Amino acid sequence: MDPSLSASDIASSTKPLSEASSPPVMDLLSEPASEASSAPMVDLLMEPASEGSSAPMVDILSEPASEASSAPMVDLLMEPAREGSSAPMVDLLMEPASEASSAPMMNLLMEPASEASSAPMMNLLMEPASDDLKEPPKPDIDPLADILNDTPLSEVKTPVAAMPQETPSDLFDDEPSELFAEPRQSNTAKQQQTSIFDEPDEDLFSEPLGEASKNPQNDFFKEALAPVAKASNVCGPLSDNYNEHPTDIFTEEAMTTLPSAVSTVSVNSKTNGVHSDEEEPDIFAEATVELSLDSPRNDRKKKGAAKPSAPAPAPSVSASASKPQPKTLEELEEEVEDKFELNISITNPEKVGDGMNAYMAYKVSTQTTLPMFRSKTFTVRRRFSDFLGLYEKLSDKHTPNGYIVPPPPEKSIMGMTKVKVGKEDNSSAEFVERRRAALERYLQRVVFHPSLLQDPDVREFLERDDMPRAHNTQALSGAGFLKMINRATDSLSKMTIKMNESDVWFEEKLQEVEAEDQQLRKLHIMVDSLVGHRKELSVNTGGFAKSVAMLGSSEDNTALSRALSQLAEVEDKMEQLHQEQAASDSFCFAELLADYIRLLGSVRASFDQRMKTWQRWQDAQNMLQKKRETEAKLLWANKPDKLQQAKDDITEWEAKVTQYERDFDRVSATVRKEVLRFEKEKARDFKKQIIKYLESLLQSQQQLIKYWEAFLPEAKAIA
Amino acid sequence: VSSVNVDLQTDATLQVDISDALSERDKVKFTVHTKSTLPNFKQNEFSVVRQHEEFIWLHDSFVENEEYAGYIIPPAPPRPDFDASREKLQKLGEGEGSMTKEEFTKMKQELEAEYLAIFKKTVAMHEVFLCRVAAHPVLRKDLNFHVFLEYNQDLSVRGKNKREKMEDFFKNVVKSADGVLVAGVKDVDDFFEHEKTFLLEYHNRVKDASAKSDRMIRSHKSAADDINRIASTLYTLGTQDSTDVCKFFLKVSELFEKTRKIEARVAADEDLKLADLLKYYLRESQAAKDLLYRRGRALVDYENANKALDRARAKNKDVLQAETSQQVCCQKFEKISESAKQELIDFKTRRVAAFRKNLVELAELELKHAKGNLQLLQSCLGVLKGDT
Repeated sequence: MDPSLSASDIASSTKPLSEASSPPVMDLLSEPASEASSAPMVDLLMEPASEGSSAPMVDILSEPASEASSAPMVDLLMEPAREGSSAPMVDLLMEPASEASSAPMMNLLMEPASEASSAPMMNLLMEPASDDLKEPPKPDIDPLADILNDTPLSEVKTPVAAMPQETPSDLFDDEPSELFAEPRQSNTAKQQQTSIFDEPDEDLFSEPLGEASKNPQNDFFKEALAPVAKASNVCGPLSDNYNEHPTDIFTEEAMTTLPSAVSTVSVNSKTNGVHSDEEEPDIFAEATVELSLDSPRNDRKKKGAAKPSAPAPAPSVSASASKPQPKTLEELEEEVEDKFELNISITNPEKVGDGMNAYMAYKVSTQTTLPMFRSKTFTVRRRFSDFLGLYEKLSDKHTPNGYIVPPPPEKSIMGMTKVKVGKEDNSSAEFVERRRAALERYLQRVVFHPSLLQDPDVREFLERDDMPRAHNTQALSGAGFLKMINRATDSLSKMTIKMNESDVWFEEKLQEVEAEDQQLRKLHIMVDSLVGHRKELSVNTGGFAKSVAMLGSSEDNTALSRALSQLAEVEDKMEQLHQEQAASDSFCFAELLADYIRLLGSVRASFDQRMKTWQRWQDAQNMLQKKRETEAKLLWANKPDKLQQAKDDITEWEAKVTQYERDFDRVSATVRKEVLRFEKEKARDFKKQIIKYLESLLQSQQQLIKYWEAFLPEAKAIA
Repeated sequence: VSSVNVDLQTDATLQVDISDALSERDKVKFTVHTKSTLPNFKQNEFSVVRQHEEFIWLHDSFVENEEYAGYIIPPAPPRPDFDASREKLQKLGEGEGSMTKEEFTKMKQELEAEYLAIFKKTVAMHEVFLCRVAAHPVLRKDLNFHVFLEYNQDLSVRGKNKREKMEDFFKNVVKSADGVLVAGVKDVDDFFEHEKTFLLEYHNRVKDASAKSDRMIRSHKSAADDINRIASTLYTLGTQDSTDVCKFFLKVSELFEKTRKIEARVAADEDLKLADLLKYYLRESQAAKDLLYRRGRALVDYENANKALDRARAKNKDVLQAETSQQVCCQKFEKISESAKQELIDFKTRRVAAFRKNLVELAELELKHAKGNLQLLQSCLGVLKGDT
């Protein structure tokens, strides 16, 4: 199959190239029919090449075809279809996971494209990234080819006429329909850029203009740039290029390598500043995103910052607007991780109401220097179901993205009923304290998570005085249980699916997590048993102490009688000691394990989420395949009436495949980072807690020594 | 070997110990080793193999001997009980498939250690019995005892059959009913009256303390077992984790592995120094009570004989017979009273000395273990804190 041919074909119109060896791209390319003349197209393509050399042109054209089978390509092409503002996020995430350092760039570039609904942009960008750095002209040309492929396919059937004269920009004009014309003119007028390439870019950017309200994008843009500059050390190539080629990137770029391509993008965005808004925020988002790509640490941070905007498209603008701030905060936080400027404590558990409607309310006190909060210290009262409600909200929002959302302690009907009934005994006091501590740890884990801290619900939970009651809390525990079961069956069914992705890391980690989960459960049972036996020991020591005291009182040798009552006292103190030790076993050790068993559940959930997105991607691919077969059959049967529908279907599913794959990559990257973060936290938690626990053991041994040392002379005094 | 010191005046003329013991299925064979300068024995030093039943036979022969009614008969050693331990071993064998090799080995070692501890305790209990007899001024001269020590064949002692067991049971019922009757009789002698009240109360309390100490020690052992299992799970966690926590887990596992050994030793030593002491005095106080019963019985018999003599004199009928009977009863009572007083005084002396020895040793062991634990914890914490 001749790549150049296919490219031209595509450009010209919609002719299926059934021979294509690499389905995704080839199909795309093949779609355009052969009705349109291929010549203009070729010319178009050649023009940019002329600046460099024409030979590369061919190469360029051939490149996409040959590389079409590589995933990134597919993604890029599919981008235009994606809808949400979450796209930037995805790209960021998936790129690091893949390979190239240039990846970020192309993502950046492709994002605006997707927003604008015009593929070319993104294609342009991605080509350079995916291709070899060696091919200087290619970057330029490829994008074009891609642009041509992508854009005209669905909407535009006759771009050909315009092409010869105005180069790619014309192409673009046609396809987006009216929107395009307006902004473009202004662009061209203003910019008068020599290179053809600029134009398409411009167009792309301008496109959104029509739809979106005009924002002070310039500002945005600057903001976006600032972080970039700041983080220049992180992503060298980008910043360098950036500085070097302010304007004529395109000309230079033809000769330069990949980095330059990257820079073009940023340059473009810069020039775009003139244009409009909608994509501004996007670019911006990308810019921030892209910074993080090179260093996983940074990346995580950034992701965190960008995250909130991702799940909820609505606040994306505001989120991106406020981005610079949270980001710096997070940077700070990363740097001084231990000097976390947010302290949360839960105190004063209080029973509210009577009978079965009674509930426990806790005082949640926050101390912070974070400017995102209205004041430095504040307290609110929350009941247990509020904590559950917070978890539900966070989990709904963040779990699908692969985040590990810390789970709250389980509902305990037994424990709570006791409290409700008003038994003021030891066990119910212990229950309340245990729960208070568990809630505190839960909340601390939530706010310690840089992404979750940014969630408005968390802020609301900490700050708002009149929290609306969490809904259906009654059902929560039951529902949670069901969810767990579903999760289990889900993961079972997922396990049967052979994931033929190459990343062994996930496979190994999941196995590790599962093995760890098993051992922690075992350990928890044992520590619980230790707590039980220690309590039993305490009770039995108390019983023995009383018995020895009685024996001493009936002993008729005075010295022995006295020694026995001293022994009784020692045993009495030991009873207390064992009691305290049991409490420490339970609070320091068992609770830690219980926390981590729950947390591992969330970790597994994030792995499951990854599986799910993978499955969805695979399903979409299968569906796409089917649609293509349908189309081929229709073509064969020569049923043009149904052909359009089939084509639409294909476009739709191509878009879905792209999106789902990106979702998958994004979730994968999130899961990976989350797991690494989790492991760090876990190591710290375990060290801290177990050292605390060992110190409690040490203390009781010291007490023990004191007691027996006092007793020894008494024993020796028996005569 | 002697775990329960009964503070016996050892006397070079007759020294008895158990030099060896062999566990065969449900039997334990004790090698009883004797060193003596007494002329009754053919040699100065010799050993025989004896089983638990033969010890019981010896004990019963003392109890049944009217001559010894005035003495506290050393309590018979408890029957060796390896059932619980064997059962655990068997369960372990069944559960072999469900645990890891390390866990299995560990459990097996634990159970073997437990078995060995029970075994040693059994041997000690039997030895104490023989030592007590050998140190007793009267009982050491008993012919049965000498046969027991010297005769190098099986004594053909059989366990009691069903009928005999039933008889024993009825005897005991009668005895305890009678005991209540006899105990209700006000003693003429203040010493015995006081001893009677004391022993009654003491016995009940030592019984309670013994049961409570057993319970306490059992939960202590359970806790030590838990720590043991926690240690091995931590070890598994430490070996399967790829992150840097694994070293931490391994270190803590190592610590727990050591502390649980100490905890187990604490429990074992409490068992040996405290529970066994109480258990021994539970039986010894029972033996003392039995002595008081015999004396009380003799007193009642004597009083009845007096009454019978009075009646006989009043009726002037069978006076001589009544006189003889009264005299026999009187003699018996006086003889018992005479030796019983000394026996009870000795009992107290022995008891105080035994408690002193055991409590001092207990305190010293507790201190030793607590200090060992403390040191382990300190050094481990030092390492862990250095790590973080």
